[in-house]
Amino acid sequence: MNVRSQVSMVFHLDKCIGCHTCSIACKNIWTDRKGTDYMWWNNVETKPGTGFPTRWEDQDKYKGGWEKKNGSINLKSTDKKRIVLNIFHNPHMPSMDDYYEPWTYDYQNLFTAKEGPDQPTALPVSKITGEQINVESGPNWDDDLGGSPIYAANDPNLDGLTQDQKDQLQAIERLVFFYFPRICNHCLNPACVASCPSGALYKRGEDGIVLIDQKKCRAWRSCVSACPYKKTYFNWFTGKSEKCILCFPRVETGQAPACFHTCVGRIRYLGVLLYDADRIEEVANLPDEELIEGHRSLILDPHDPEVIKAAKKNGIPDSVVASAQKSPIYKFVIEWRIALPPHIEYRTMPMLYYVPPMSPVMAVRQGETIEHVSDNLFHDIEDARIPMKFLANLFGGGHEAKVAYALRKQKAVRWYRRAVTVGDVTMEIAKEMLNQADCTVEEAEEIYRLTSLCTFEERFVIPPSHREEAIEMTQDPHERRQSTGFGFLSGPRRGL
Amino acid sequence: MDNAQHYFDQLLFGVAPYLALIIFFLGTIQRYRAQAFSYSSLSSQFLENKRHFWGMVPMHYGILFVLAGHVVAFMFPRQLLAWNGHPVRLYILEITALIFGLLTLLGLVTTLVRRFAFSKLRTVTSTADVVLHLLLLVQVGSGIYVAVTCSWGSSWFAASASPYLWSIITLDPDITYVLAMPFAVKLHIVNACLVIGFFPFTRLVHILVIPNPYLWRKPQVVRWNRAPGTKG
Repeated sequence: MNVRSQVSMVFHLDKCIGCHTCSIACKNIWTDRKGTDYMWWNNVETKPGTGFPTRWEDQDKYKGGWEKKNGSINLKSTDKKRIVLNIFHNPHMPSMDDYYEPWTYDYQNLFTAKEGPDQPTALPVSKITGEQINVESGPNWDDDLGGSPIYAANDPNLDGLTQDQKDQLQAIERLVFFYFPRICNHCLNPACVASCPSGALYKRGEDGIVLIDQKKCRAWRSCVSACPYKKTYFNWFTGKSEKCILCFPRVETGQAPACFHTCVGRIRYLGVLLYDADRIEEVANLPDEELIEGHRSLILDPHDPEVIKAAKKNGIPDSVVASAQKSPIYKFVIEWRIALPPHIEYRTMPMLYYVPPMSPVMAVRQGETIEHVSDNLFHDIEDARIPMKFLANLFGGGHEAKVAYALRKQKAVRWYRRAVTVGDVTMEIAKEMLNQADCTVEEAEEIYRLTSLCTFEERFVIPPSHREEAIEMTQDPHERRQSTGFGFLSGPRRGL
Repeated sequence: MDNAQHYFDQLLFGVAPYLALIIFFLGTIQRYRAQAFSYSSLSSQFLENKRHFWGMVPMHYGILFVLAGHVVAFMFPRQLLAWNGHPVRLYILEITALIFGLLTLLGLVTTLVRRFAFSKLRTVTSTADVVLHLLLLVQVGSGIYVAVTCSWGSSWFAASASPYLWSIITLDPDITYVLAMPFAVKLHIVNACLVIGFFPFTRLVHILVIPNPYLWRKPQVVRWNRAPGTKG
């Protein structure tokens, strides 16, 4: 057993209101420099929708992640031989057209325009060329199903849905959407790290944050195509890739990352998970249907004396183990099993988990009336507006059972609390539902607390920073933001 | 007059190569020490993805082959002459080399045109890029001209250019070989010195950081920030 610690995350999608506050917080701190304008280390997508960059989940096009071949896993985008041959032109690299051309407005025109019959306007100008452009897409162009129905209809997760289900997703009074906020998953088996010809990408041993060494990156661009979540971005100005750094300067000083801290819906949780690093390769090689269980089996019980002993042997400080014992992530992922990794079939072993969203009750026609009740206590889970298959494609690797389990448990907790506080449901039914959802009353209370009444300290259990490990102590990226960005104390000057 | 010509030739072929090499080594090392961040290929594929292929691929493969040819002729002149002893083998070598030279030219021209055809790319094109492109054009152009007009370059390179290059390397420059050569070859040599001397101030530095450890490293990279010697 090779115990390592990982700062992990849960996003509770049932609570996300799609306000983009997280995206703005992140952008203001990290990506408001030249060359990073188009990057959204944190972005919020509307699902069904094509996402950012457009159709990033379409791995036939982008070739992200790993694939199982002849008993072992290989990068889909390239292997070691091909990467050498393709180093001059990366065949699967997304270009700016797949994202969008960043723009600002020519505000000066409002002051300098000649007097005329019309009000002057501030026309959009490209942030790359400075020329006027027609804005044709943006990072959340299909927000709230806006723009055109083609966005929702082209969601890659619709694969495997029946035509009826697809039609229903667009039918008036039946259509539905939910939000899908995304940051880097800080994976256990990151494809970006494995693909980098320079070895510039690395996982921090102490907390598992995946970073790009800006001094080693040579713009070979392999990470951009290898990451199946498209969360490494190419800085076209400095010629370096950049990605979410999980606000490590904040985490090291005991603060939640900016997107977590600002989250209005309080959907984000952060805490330490202990895992067995020796078994990553074995688990990443499992067949598709065993991936979620395998992924869970990597995570070690922080209360187990054997694990604690092995952690000590590996040099993990007691304070980090104590932090892991209080981790909300461990509860969501292992104890309650209601948080699931996104697209586990990419085999990168993401360490950001999602609690799948509930959707509005689908009415059932009974004779002349439209009813919302049924003998089946969980009818609205099975007949939810969001087809189970759709959620399964996102969070279950195509398999519905794990997603159904998470939704049933959430529903049971809701009805249990309804029985407690509203009283229009009998406790008998509520308990029967808990029983059917594999949940005890105590667990239901705990889930209720951590999802509804959670305080800051309950949501973010940040492992204490150890002076000798904290990069923040020697370098202060915050101090130099906009002029430097992050990482080191000299300006990111583009090479000649 | 002859005297002046003599000094001028000495300067061009006996001194300039050393100047270029000194600038090359001092410049690249100092740049790596002071500005490791600036070591990048500065790829523009992200801004323009289609013509990029037609520029980068022929240019890089062309240059790699042609450069390798120069190195082989320099390192193993006898073996090369032996190979060329048979006309068919000579023709095969010369034609292949010419094809790769033309590929380089095609790639270089595509790259240059592409740089100016797309407004997004103009914003990431520096003066150094333009100068470098022009130098490379002269280099490749003169090389192809020599290959076409001065027949069987692979043989006479081994016989007269290799000794000159060896004399440079062994710090005993003997420029008599060069003086007998046609103007295009001289231009090729002088321009090569310019490219080498200009190298540290361009994006060419990415050649020095080719990803050699990649092929035999483990897929995952983990870095510990702990003080060395501690557990973990």
